[in-house]
Amino acid sequence: MLSPKDKTWSPYIAGALTGLTVVLSVLIAGHFFGASTTYARSAGMLEKIFSPQHVSELSYFQKYTPKIDWQWMFVIGVILGGFISSKLGGTFLKQAIPPMWENRFGPSVKLRAVLAFTGGILVLFGARLAGGCPSGHGLSGMIQMSVSGYIALFSFFAGGIIVANIIYRRGGRG
Amino acid sequence: MENLIYGITTGILFGFFLQKAEMLRYEKHVGAMLFRDMTLIKFMLSAVMVGMIGIYILSDAGLVKLSVKATVLGGNIAGGIILGIGWGLLGYCPGTIGGALGEGRWDAAWGILGMLAGGALYAEVYPFFKDTVLKWGSYGKLTLPGMFGISHWILIPVIIIIFLLLFRIIEKKNL
Repeated sequence: MLSPKDKTWSPYIAGALTGLTVVLSVLIAGHFFGASTTYARSAGMLEKIFSPQHVSELSYFQKYTPKIDWQWMFVIGVILGGFISSKLGGTFLKQAIPPMWENRFGPSVKLRAVLAFTGGILVLFGARLAGGCPSGHGLSGMIQMSVSGYIALFSFFAGGIIVANIIYRRGGRG
Repeated sequence: MENLIYGITTGILFGFFLQKAEMLRYEKHVGAMLFRDMTLIKFMLSAVMVGMIGIYILSDAGLVKLSVKATVLGGNIAGGIILGIGWGLLGYCPGTIGGALGEGRWDAAWGILGMLAGGALYAEVYPFFKDTVLKWGSYGKLTLPGMFGISHWILIPVIIIIFLLLFRIIEKKNL
Protein backbone atom coordinates (compact mmCIF):
# COMPACT_ATOMS: atom_id res chain seq x y z
CA MET A 1 0.00 0.00 0.00
CA LEU A 2 1.07 3.55 -0.66
CA SER A 3 1.68 5.62 2.43
CA PRO A 4 2.40 9.37 2.61
CA LYS A 5 5.21 8.39 4.98
CA ASP A 6 7.03 6.39 2.30
CA LYS A 7 10.30 7.92 1.18
CA THR A 8 9.48 7.29 -2.47
CA TRP A 9 6.74 5.86 -4.66
CA SER A 10 7.17 4.14 -8.00
CA PRO A 11 7.34 6.84 -10.71
CA TYR A 12 4.76 4.83 -12.67
CA ILE A 13 2.27 5.05 -9.78
CA ALA A 14 3.03 8.69 -8.94
CA GLY A 15 2.83 9.52 -12.65
CA ALA A 16 -0.51 7.73 -13.08
CA LEU A 17 -1.90 9.56 -10.04
CA THR A 18 -0.68 12.82 -11.58
CA GLY A 19 -2.52 11.96 -14.79
CA LEU A 20 -5.67 11.31 -12.78
CA THR A 21 -5.22 14.64 -11.00
CA VAL A 22 -5.00 16.43 -14.37
CA VAL A 23 -8.27 14.78 -15.45
CA LEU A 24 -10.04 15.76 -12.22
CA SER A 25 -8.65 19.29 -12.41
CA VAL A 26 -9.97 19.76 -15.94
CA LEU A 27 -13.33 18.24 -14.99
CA ILE A 28 -13.82 20.20 -11.76
CA ALA A 29 -11.97 23.46 -12.33
CA GLY A 30 -11.50 23.49 -16.11
CA HIS A 31 -7.72 23.88 -15.88
CA PHE A 32 -4.89 21.91 -17.44
CA PHE A 33 -1.47 22.02 -15.74
CA GLY A 34 1.05 24.68 -16.67
CA ALA A 35 3.55 26.87 -14.85
CA SER A 36 5.62 29.21 -16.97
CA THR A 37 2.99 31.94 -17.48
CA THR A 38 2.95 32.38 -13.70
CA TYR A 39 6.61 33.41 -13.64
CA ALA A 40 6.01 35.91 -16.44
CA ARG A 41 2.97 37.34 -14.62
CA SER A 42 4.96 37.48 -11.36
CA ALA A 43 7.77 39.36 -13.11
CA GLY A 44 5.10 41.85 -14.20
CA MET A 45 3.77 42.14 -10.65
CA LEU A 46 7.24 42.89 -9.30
CA GLU A 47 8.00 45.38 -12.08
CA LYS A 48 4.70 47.11 -11.39
CA ILE A 49 5.98 48.11 -7.94
CA PHE A 50 8.76 50.14 -9.52
CA SER A 51 7.34 51.16 -12.85
CA PRO A 52 3.57 50.67 -13.26
CA GLN A 53 3.52 52.94 -16.30
CA HIS A 54 6.05 50.80 -18.17
CA VAL A 55 4.26 47.54 -17.34
CA SER A 56 0.92 48.87 -18.55
CA GLU A 57 2.53 49.82 -21.88
CA LEU A 58 3.98 46.39 -22.63
CA SER A 59 1.76 44.43 -25.00
CA TYR A 60 2.81 41.14 -23.38
CA PHE A 61 1.42 42.22 -20.02
CA GLN A 62 -1.74 43.45 -21.71
CA LYS A 63 -2.19 39.93 -23.04
CA TYR A 64 -1.06 38.21 -19.82
CA THR A 65 -2.22 40.53 -17.04
CA PRO A 66 0.08 40.47 -13.99
CA LYS A 67 -2.36 39.01 -11.49
CA ILE A 68 -2.92 36.05 -9.17
CA ASP A 69 -4.94 33.38 -10.95
CA TRP A 70 -5.55 29.59 -10.82
CA GLN A 71 -2.09 28.77 -12.14
CA TRP A 72 -0.36 31.17 -9.74
CA MET A 73 -1.94 29.32 -6.82
CA PHE A 74 -1.09 26.00 -8.48
CA VAL A 75 2.60 26.96 -8.55
CA ILE A 76 2.46 27.93 -4.86
CA GLY A 77 0.72 24.61 -4.19
CA VAL A 78 3.61 22.68 -5.78
CA ILE A 79 6.01 24.31 -3.28
CA LEU A 80 3.75 23.22 -0.41
CA GLY A 81 3.25 19.73 -1.86
CA GLY A 82 7.00 19.20 -2.15
CA PHE A 83 7.44 20.42 1.42
CA ILE A 84 4.64 18.28 2.89
CA SER A 85 5.66 15.10 1.08
CA SER A 86 9.36 15.46 1.99
CA LYS A 87 8.52 16.20 5.63
CA LEU A 88 6.17 13.19 5.88
CA GLY A 89 8.65 10.91 4.12
CA GLY A 90 11.62 12.17 6.12
CA THR A 91 13.46 13.21 2.97
CA PHE A 92 13.38 17.01 3.52
CA LEU A 93 16.89 18.39 3.33
CA LYS A 94 18.90 21.59 3.21
CA GLN A 95 20.98 21.47 0.10
CA ALA A 96 22.75 24.36 -1.63
CA ILE A 97 24.26 22.35 -4.50
CA PRO A 98 23.06 19.08 -6.12
CA PRO A 99 25.59 16.27 -5.43
CA MET A 100 26.01 15.49 -9.13
CA TRP A 101 26.80 19.16 -9.80
CA GLU A 102 29.28 19.23 -6.94
CA ASN A 103 31.09 16.18 -8.35
CA ARG A 104 31.55 18.03 -11.61
CA PHE A 105 32.03 21.67 -10.56
CA GLY A 106 33.11 21.49 -6.92
CA PRO A 107 31.52 23.09 -3.86
CA SER A 108 31.29 26.70 -5.11
CA VAL A 109 27.82 28.03 -4.25
CA LYS A 110 28.57 31.13 -6.30
CA LEU A 111 29.19 29.16 -9.49
CA ARG A 112 25.99 27.17 -8.98
CA ALA A 113 24.07 30.40 -8.31
CA VAL A 114 25.36 32.10 -11.47
CA LEU A 115 24.69 29.14 -13.76
CA ALA A 116 21.32 28.29 -12.19
CA PHE A 117 20.27 31.95 -12.57
CA THR A 118 21.41 31.96 -16.21
CA GLY A 119 19.62 28.66 -16.77
CA GLY A 120 16.48 30.14 -15.24
CA ILE A 121 16.53 33.10 -17.64
CA LEU A 122 16.81 30.77 -20.63
CA VAL A 123 14.17 28.37 -19.29
CA LEU A 124 11.52 31.03 -18.92
CA PHE A 125 12.43 32.99 -22.03
CA GLY A 126 12.30 29.76 -24.03
CA ALA A 127 9.07 28.63 -22.38
CA ARG A 128 7.27 31.85 -23.23
CA LEU A 129 8.57 31.78 -26.81
CA ALA A 130 7.56 28.12 -27.16
CA GLY A 131 4.15 28.85 -25.58
CA GLY A 132 4.64 26.48 -22.64
CA CYS A 133 6.98 24.45 -20.45
CA PRO A 134 7.36 20.69 -19.82
CA SER A 135 4.10 20.87 -17.79
CA GLY A 136 2.00 22.96 -20.16
CA HIS A 137 3.34 21.63 -23.46
CA GLY A 138 4.75 18.31 -22.29
CA LEU A 139 2.19 16.97 -19.84
CA SER A 140 -0.99 18.84 -20.80
CA GLY A 141 -0.09 18.98 -24.50
CA MET A 142 0.70 15.30 -24.86
CA ILE A 143 -2.41 14.34 -22.86
CA GLN A 144 -4.45 16.13 -25.54
CA MET A 145 -2.25 14.70 -28.30
CA SER A 146 -1.51 18.22 -29.47
CA VAL A 147 1.15 18.49 -32.15
CA SER A 148 2.72 21.51 -30.43
CA GLY A 149 3.17 19.47 -27.23
CA TYR A 150 5.12 16.73 -28.98
CA ILE A 151 7.25 19.19 -30.98
CA ALA A 152 8.00 21.30 -27.91
CA LEU A 153 8.90 18.30 -25.74
CA PHE A 154 11.31 16.98 -28.38
CA SER A 155 12.87 20.45 -28.61
CA PHE A 156 13.20 20.72 -24.80
CA PHE A 157 15.07 17.42 -24.75
CA ALA A 158 17.17 18.35 -27.79
CA GLY A 159 18.49 21.44 -25.96
CA GLY A 160 18.86 19.60 -22.67
CA ILE A 161 20.66 16.59 -24.16
CA ILE A 162 23.22 18.87 -25.87
CA VAL A 163 23.99 20.87 -22.71
CA ALA A 164 23.99 17.91 -20.31
CA ASN A 165 26.33 15.97 -22.57
CA ILE A 166 28.71 18.92 -22.92
CA ILE A 167 28.78 19.33 -19.12
CA TYR A 168 29.04 15.64 -18.19
CA ARG A 169 30.87 14.29 -21.25
CA ARG A 170 33.67 12.89 -19.14
CA GLY A 171 31.43 11.03 -16.75
CA GLY A 172 30.93 12.59 -13.32
CA ARG A 173 28.12 10.39 -12.07
CA GLY A 174 25.97 11.76 -9.27
CA MET B 1 -11.98 32.55 -4.98
CA GLU B 2 -13.12 28.96 -5.55
CA ASN B 3 -10.85 28.90 -8.57
CA LEU B 4 -7.85 29.87 -6.45
CA ILE B 5 -8.60 27.14 -3.91
CA TYR B 6 -8.79 24.56 -6.70
CA GLY B 7 -5.46 25.90 -7.95
CA ILE B 8 -3.59 25.52 -4.68
CA THR B 9 -5.14 22.10 -3.91
CA THR B 10 -4.20 20.75 -7.33
CA GLY B 11 -0.70 22.20 -6.95
CA ILE B 12 -0.25 20.51 -3.56
CA LEU B 13 -1.22 17.14 -5.07
CA PHE B 14 1.12 17.62 -8.04
CA GLY B 15 4.00 18.69 -5.77
CA PHE B 16 3.32 15.70 -3.52
CA PHE B 17 3.44 13.19 -6.40
CA LEU B 18 6.50 14.86 -7.92
CA GLN B 19 8.31 14.62 -4.60
CA LYS B 20 7.38 10.96 -4.04
CA ALA B 21 8.65 10.10 -7.54
CA GLU B 22 11.92 12.00 -6.84
CA MET B 23 11.12 14.30 -9.74
CA LEU B 24 12.25 17.38 -7.82
CA ARG B 25 15.92 16.41 -8.06
CA TYR B 26 18.48 17.94 -10.39
CA GLU B 27 19.93 14.44 -10.90
CA LYS B 28 16.66 13.05 -12.27
CA HIS B 29 16.31 15.77 -14.89
CA VAL B 30 19.92 15.80 -16.04
CA GLY B 31 20.00 11.99 -15.72
CA ALA B 32 17.22 11.74 -18.33
CA MET B 33 19.14 14.07 -20.68
CA LEU B 34 22.18 11.79 -20.33
CA PHE B 35 20.05 8.61 -20.78
CA ARG B 36 21.35 7.37 -17.43
CA ASP B 37 18.16 7.56 -15.36
CA MET B 38 14.75 7.53 -17.02
CA THR B 39 12.60 8.20 -13.93
CA LEU B 40 11.36 11.40 -15.56
CA ILE B 41 10.21 9.55 -18.67
CA LYS B 42 8.44 6.88 -16.56
CA PHE B 43 6.65 9.54 -14.51
CA MET B 44 5.70 11.75 -17.42
CA LEU B 45 4.51 9.10 -19.85
CA SER B 46 2.49 7.34 -17.12
CA ALA B 47 0.73 10.63 -16.43
CA VAL B 48 0.17 11.17 -20.15
CA MET B 49 -1.34 7.68 -20.64
CA VAL B 50 -3.86 8.03 -17.80
CA GLY B 51 -4.58 11.66 -18.63
CA MET B 52 -5.08 10.98 -22.31
CA ILE B 53 -7.68 8.24 -21.72
CA GLY B 54 -9.52 10.24 -19.05
CA ILE B 55 -9.58 13.54 -20.92
CA TYR B 56 -10.77 12.02 -24.20
CA ILE B 57 -13.52 9.99 -22.48
CA LEU B 58 -14.76 13.13 -20.73
CA SER B 59 -14.36 15.20 -23.87
CA ASP B 60 -16.42 12.71 -25.90
CA ALA B 61 -19.08 12.85 -23.17
CA GLY B 62 -19.10 16.63 -23.53
CA LEU B 63 -17.99 17.13 -19.93
CA VAL B 64 -14.67 18.87 -20.58
CA LYS B 65 -13.22 21.14 -23.23
CA LEU B 66 -9.80 20.55 -24.73
CA SER B 67 -7.35 23.43 -24.51
CA VAL B 68 -4.91 22.75 -27.32
CA LYS B 69 -1.97 25.12 -27.72
CA ALA B 70 -1.29 26.42 -31.23
CA THR B 71 1.40 24.76 -33.29
CA VAL B 72 3.88 27.42 -34.38
CA LEU B 73 7.03 25.68 -35.54
CA GLY B 74 9.21 28.80 -35.13
CA GLY B 75 8.17 29.41 -31.53
CA ASN B 76 7.77 25.76 -30.48
CA ILE B 77 11.17 24.70 -31.81
CA ALA B 78 13.30 27.82 -31.15
CA GLY B 79 11.72 28.44 -27.75
CA GLY B 80 11.85 24.74 -26.98
CA ILE B 81 15.57 24.51 -27.65
CA ILE B 82 16.30 27.69 -25.63
CA LEU B 83 14.28 26.23 -22.74
CA GLY B 84 16.15 22.95 -23.13
CA ILE B 85 19.55 24.64 -22.92
CA GLY B 86 18.49 26.42 -19.75
CA TRP B 87 16.96 23.20 -18.37
CA GLY B 88 20.30 21.44 -18.87
CA LEU B 89 22.04 24.12 -16.80
CA LEU B 90 19.37 24.52 -14.14
CA GLY B 91 18.20 20.91 -13.77
CA TYR B 92 14.69 22.02 -12.81
CA CYS B 93 11.77 23.15 -14.98
CA PRO B 94 9.09 25.78 -14.22
CA GLY B 95 6.65 23.13 -12.96
CA THR B 96 9.05 21.31 -10.64
CA ILE B 97 11.30 24.10 -9.38
CA GLY B 98 8.87 25.29 -6.70
CA GLY B 99 8.64 21.78 -5.31
CA ALA B 100 12.44 21.51 -5.28
CA LEU B 101 12.55 24.63 -3.13
CA GLY B 102 9.84 23.17 -0.89
CA GLU B 103 11.92 20.04 -0.45
CA GLY B 104 14.87 22.14 0.74
CA ARG B 105 16.94 22.40 -2.44
CA TRP B 106 18.02 26.00 -2.04
CA ASP B 107 19.72 26.31 -5.41
CA ALA B 108 16.20 26.32 -6.87
CA ALA B 109 15.89 29.90 -5.54
CA TRP B 110 18.57 31.12 -8.01
CA GLY B 111 16.65 29.46 -10.80
CA ILE B 112 13.38 31.10 -9.71
CA LEU B 113 15.06 34.53 -9.70
CA GLY B 114 16.46 33.77 -13.16
CA MET B 115 13.02 32.73 -14.39
CA LEU B 116 11.50 36.00 -13.14
CA ALA B 117 14.25 37.88 -15.00
CA GLY B 118 13.60 35.75 -18.08
CA GLY B 119 9.88 36.55 -17.91
CA ALA B 120 10.59 40.28 -17.64
CA LEU B 121 13.04 40.10 -20.53
CA TYR B 122 10.57 38.23 -22.74
CA ALA B 123 7.86 40.82 -22.08
CA GLU B 124 10.25 43.51 -23.38
CA VAL B 125 11.11 41.77 -26.64
CA TYR B 126 7.73 40.09 -27.26
CA PRO B 127 6.63 42.54 -30.01
CA PHE B 128 9.68 41.55 -32.09
CA PHE B 129 8.97 37.81 -31.77
CA LYS B 130 5.26 38.28 -32.36
CA ASP B 131 5.93 39.62 -35.84
CA THR B 132 8.70 37.17 -36.74
CA VAL B 133 9.39 33.78 -35.10
CA LEU B 134 5.80 33.41 -33.88
CA LYS B 135 4.55 33.66 -37.47
CA TRP B 136 6.85 30.97 -38.88
CA GLY B 137 5.18 27.65 -39.56
CA SER B 138 1.87 28.45 -37.91
CA TYR B 139 -0.71 25.64 -38.10
CA GLY B 140 -3.21 26.64 -35.41
CA LYS B 141 -4.60 24.31 -32.74
CA LEU B 142 -3.51 21.07 -34.32
CA THR B 143 -3.83 17.62 -32.72
CA LEU B 144 -2.29 14.36 -33.92
CA PRO B 145 -5.70 12.74 -34.67
CA GLY B 146 -6.65 15.90 -36.59
CA MET B 147 -3.38 15.92 -38.52
CA PHE B 148 -3.64 12.26 -39.52
CA GLY B 149 -7.40 12.50 -40.02
CA ILE B 150 -8.13 9.47 -37.82
CA SER B 151 -10.20 8.87 -34.71
CA HIS B 152 -8.48 9.57 -31.40
CA TRP B 153 -9.57 6.10 -30.23
CA ILE B 154 -7.35 4.57 -32.91
CA LEU B 155 -4.38 6.72 -32.01
CA ILE B 156 -4.63 6.43 -28.21
CA PRO B 157 -3.98 2.65 -28.12
CA VAL B 158 -1.11 3.08 -30.59
CA ILE B 159 0.54 5.74 -28.39
CA ILE B 160 -0.01 3.61 -25.28
CA ILE B 161 1.62 0.58 -26.92
CA ILE B 162 4.61 2.73 -27.95
CA PHE B 163 4.96 4.06 -24.40
CA LEU B 164 4.72 0.55 -22.91
CA LEU B 165 7.40 -0.73 -25.29
CA LEU B 166 9.57 2.21 -24.24
CA PHE B 167 9.03 1.30 -20.56
CA ARG B 168 10.06 -2.28 -21.35
CA ILE B 169 13.32 -1.12 -22.95
CA ILE B 170 14.00 1.24 -20.04
CA GLU B 171 13.39 -1.51 -17.47
CA LYS B 172 15.47 -4.05 -19.39
CA LYS B 173 18.39 -1.63 -19.39
CA ASN B 174 17.82 -0.83 -15.73
CA LEU B 175 17.46 2.89 -16.34
